Amino acid sequence: MGLGIKEKMARRAAAELRHGDIVNLGIGLPTLVADFIDPEKQVILHSENGFLGMGGTPEKGEEDPNLINAGGFPVTLARGGCYFDSLASFAIIRGGKLDVTILGALQVSGRGDLANWIVPGQRVPGMGGGMDLALKAKKTIVLTTHCAKDGSPKIVKECTLPLTAAGCVKLIITDLAVMEVTPEGLLLLEKDDSVSLEELREKTGAPLILPPQRT
Amino acid sequence: MAVKNVYGKLKSLEEAVAVISDDCRLMYGGFGGVGTSPLLIDAIFNKGVRRLTLIGNDAGFPQVGVGRLVCNGQVSRMITTHIGSNPVAGKMMNEGAMEIEFSPQGTLAERIRAGGAGVGGILLDVGLETVVARGKPTVIFEDREWLIESPLRADVALVYAAKADPFGNLVYDKSARNFNPLVATAADITIVHAEELVELGGLDPEEIVTPGVYVDMIVTGKGGEWTWAWE
Repeated sequence: MGLGIKEKMARRAAAELRHGDIVNLGIGLPTLVADFIDPEKQVILHSENGFLGMGGTPEKGEEDPNLINAGGFPVTLARGGCYFDSLASFAIIRGGKLDVTILGALQVSGRGDLANWIVPGQRVPGMGGGMDLALKAKKTIVLTTHCAKDGSPKIVKECTLPLTAAGCVKLIITDLAVMEVTPEGLLLLEKDDSVSLEELREKTGAPLILPPQRT
Repeated sequence: MAVKNVYGKLKSLEEAVAVISDDCRLMYGGFGGVGTSPLLIDAIFNKGVRRLTLIGNDAGFPQVGVGRLVCNGQVSRMITTHIGSNPVAGKMMNEGAMEIEFSPQGTLAERIRAGGAGVGGILLDVGLETVVARGKPTVIFEDREWLIESPLRADVALVYAAKADPFGNLVYDKSARNFNPLVATAADITIVHAEELVELGGLDPEEIVTPGVYVDMIVTGKGGEWTWAWE
């Protein structure tokens, strides 16, 4: 996947954020979203390893080994930021103070079930803070490639991998489409010009509902 | 001038690691090694104790944090949230050489708090409908389903602080705080490695994060420092 596509996806995800939102970005592609948030929105980034108000990457040579994001890279603290322990960090999440989390996915179902923490017997990273974030953020957005590297759909009828949380995903943003999880199923909000609707349906393991035609 | 050892908690590194033996249940602060004491890990590495149970956020990196102990074959079990940054840990788990109990990060934090605070268990919905709930009791309480999670305690806690006074009142540094204030409360013996030691009264009472009542031993010094992945 080219940098251009990643940037486009990150920009689209950043556009979902509203003024003053408290936001946690997952490791990987979601981390890129930070670079595309309009500063006018005054979005506050939460880092689950213990601070609110995550700033940008420090200049080379200015890194502080004790100021690191959840992915292990040096960051800075924005003005008004603060530090806390892991208990407070997750009380913020579970207590309903986190407006949005943007997470990666191995699989997402049409009902909004998310699997993103383990491929048993192969990749066994662990859930980290993913289960808390996915279930307890007010809005969980998945940002992922539409298909896995082998071409198989990541958006599926039923997740076959162990779940991170059931029914937690509200919006799915991929390189090919933007879909909302609704009680009726996946509502296709946007489709990339690079694919036809038929191609998109082939690459999507769950049925897509089209929005009612505007007249 | 040396800080007065008013409460007898200031110890040598040798005295501190003497309480850690084979089969020890160890809790540690740190997130990707940030907030884990290089000095204490190095001493445990050199002591070569085996069959440790580790309770903490993650498995570090192969040469960073508790990852050093994992790669040295000193750990037989972990209760943790994430081992992805240490490929050796994943390999050992898949081969059955190390038992891993995954706990969601917020759940792990609450379980340690419960262990330290004398709370008999906690009700959480995180992990319901996932493998985390497997084998655990659930309860309907006030019309909602909850998972009952058990408290966690350890024989020894390893804490890394920025500053300590001789009573063990502690202050941390930025994101190196993470699990440190929690594990400090939940072990029979809490060992602190402090970057800086100050006299009693040398800390602003309003800035103290961990009250010294939780701390049994304090060591200072340098050693075992690792190179970060980003360096």
